[in-house]
Amino acid sequence: MSSVVSDIRPPLVMGNKTYHQITEDICSPTEELPNGKWVMLLLGALGLLAFGALALFVTIWFGIGSWYLNRTVGWGWDITNFVWWVGIGHAGTLISAILLLFRQKWRTGVNRAAEAMTIFAVICAALFPGIHMGRIWLAFFVFPYPNTRGPLWVNFNSPLLWDVFAISTYFTVSLLFWYMGLIPDFATIRDRAKGFRKRIYNFASFGWTGSAKHWQRWEAMALVLSGLATPLVLSVHTIVSFDFATSVVPGWHTTIFPPYFVAGAIFSGFAMVQTLMILTSIALPQLKDYITQQHIESMNKVIVLTGSIVGVAYLTELFIAWYSGYVYEQFAFYNRALGPYWWSYFAMMTCNVITPQFFWVKRLRRSVLVTFILSIVVNIGMWFERFVIIATTLHRDFLPSSWSYYSPSWVEVGVYLFTFGLFGVLYLIFMRVAPVVAIAEVKSILKSSGDQYCGENMHQHTTAEELSSEA
Amino acid sequence: MKQLNKTILYGLYTDEEVLMDAVRDIREEGNEIWDVFTPFPVHGLDPVLGLKESRLHIAGFVYGLFGALTAFGFMTWTLTRDWPIIFGGKPYFSAPSFIPITFEFTVLMAAVGMVVTFYLVCGLGPGVTNPYLDPRITDDHFCVAFDVTNMSEEQRQALEAKLLSTGACEQPKIKNI
Repeated sequence: MSSVVSDIRPPLVMGNKTYHQITEDICSPTEELPNGKWVMLLLGALGLLAFGALALFVTIWFGIGSWYLNRTVGWGWDITNFVWWVGIGHAGTLISAILLLFRQKWRTGVNRAAEAMTIFAVICAALFPGIHMGRIWLAFFVFPYPNTRGPLWVNFNSPLLWDVFAISTYFTVSLLFWYMGLIPDFATIRDRAKGFRKRIYNFASFGWTGSAKHWQRWEAMALVLSGLATPLVLSVHTIVSFDFATSVVPGWHTTIFPPYFVAGAIFSGFAMVQTLMILTSIALPQLKDYITQQHIESMNKVIVLTGSIVGVAYLTELFIAWYSGYVYEQFAFYNRALGPYWWSYFAMMTCNVITPQFFWVKRLRRSVLVTFILSIVVNIGMWFERFVIIATTLHRDFLPSSWSYYSPSWVEVGVYLFTFGLFGVLYLIFMRVAPVVAIAEVKSILKSSGDQYCGENMHQHTTAEELSSEA
Repeated sequence: MKQLNKTILYGLYTDEEVLMDAVRDIREEGNEIWDVFTPFPVHGLDPVLGLKESRLHIAGFVYGLFGALTAFGFMTWTLTRDWPIIFGGKPYFSAPSFIPITFEFTVLMAAVGMVVTFYLVCGLGPGVTNPYLDPRITDDHFCVAFDVTNMSEEQRQALEAKLLSTGACEQPKIKNI
């Protein structure tokens, strides 16, 4: 046995798999015709997309006044949704990059789907600042290109422009990283496919052969990209928090925002990964041996940690508001908790701070049902967090004469539903055309984390010596 | 499909540990291996096969440095030379606020540059079809391949025998690619 096997580490690949069985299990969803349930889900997602497209059309035709934004509350659901979707994306990069640097083997079961989630979530997020500009056909103005207006450059000192760079870099790097991992797996599908499918996967697999030198470079690149993506993912939500923190609005102008936003992003992102992975393993039962209770438990540990960090941040904010002795800051927080939007603050506190604490109990942490329900609760809570930060802070500013209240129109809700439709369509298509679990990476951990090598079924496997004597 | 105009003799193995021992054994006898193909990265194979460490990360550093200097230099030029504007009462050259974009652009250049370099040096790209030996290599078989273009029949047979004696799972094959 050349690979290191630990008796105390629980197995990550169940069912006494061989390499070939792994290929069969993970490739099969891309080779079968989709069932009725999948078609129904796709139609549902397309329905949301169609309704959302109408809302988008109204937005672009009449302007963002159709969202019922007003002079006091200039950022409503749109920026709330933007921050929420970007945050969700963070878990994918965390799983693929940070856990790779930490050599966490359980990442192999969920990294592919989580990275896909990242890419789709960032696409959904990028929509909101785009349409919030009002004239989306002039969106290219945000890039510093030589223009006939001077050339007049963009304001490089503005956190909103930092956001443009952060989000576009994040999207590009995530996409490159994800596709690099997909190439060997597309090659696996290519070598099993026939006819037209073979031609498609031949194109998509970039001519991958599996040469030892290519694998060496592939691993070297994965390592460096992880090293780059790790500070990148932390910087992205830091910069998103700068959109607020560099302003002079009480309740926003706080130095705690960057770490608190990053922890919140990882928190909500992992919750979304849980929701998606549980649904995926119900839809594709052949993946149950690869997305195990062990994976769910590991992610729940991250959720309880980051959820607690977020809780500490909320309490710190309240304390500092009181301790600062600054009445506007004190009012901002008083108004958050007890003002007209008290219900959103209450939802945020309950869903983000209290309910995730159930995960301290091992039995609940390992329960699929509890995890599924709590993961949705966390995502609702994190949406409310952004809503509290944005709308609740804005609606009562320095001048009581300009105080207002904001609730969204059907158009604004419709645009949010559009992103659900878009995310759903993209993820459903992804599930059918690409391996949802990284085939090559799962194979590479089989001998150290397969249940025939560690755990209860140990010693059931055929040893290398037996294999060679058979041959 | 690209043509290499080579005659390749290859044997397939079903386990990476057998493969590693085989590669070590084959190379100890002074045989030159053309390439080894595996369905997943086999750790520890590179030194056994005598592969030098990849220099891709050096390229990544250079691209990153290019990105950092370009972004910082460009922002400095626009805001101090080309069209100076005072923002928020701060100096034209307000270096701290250049840091976020400098960082993002460094990461972007390093990542894009490295990935493009990787595809170029490996000869991979959209729509490229490289010659391949056996479809099972991307599934569960490990392949050791020899370039036997200029070898005599006896040498080929010796290599065949070597592949079989080190645990190849089936009769080695010859393919012109």
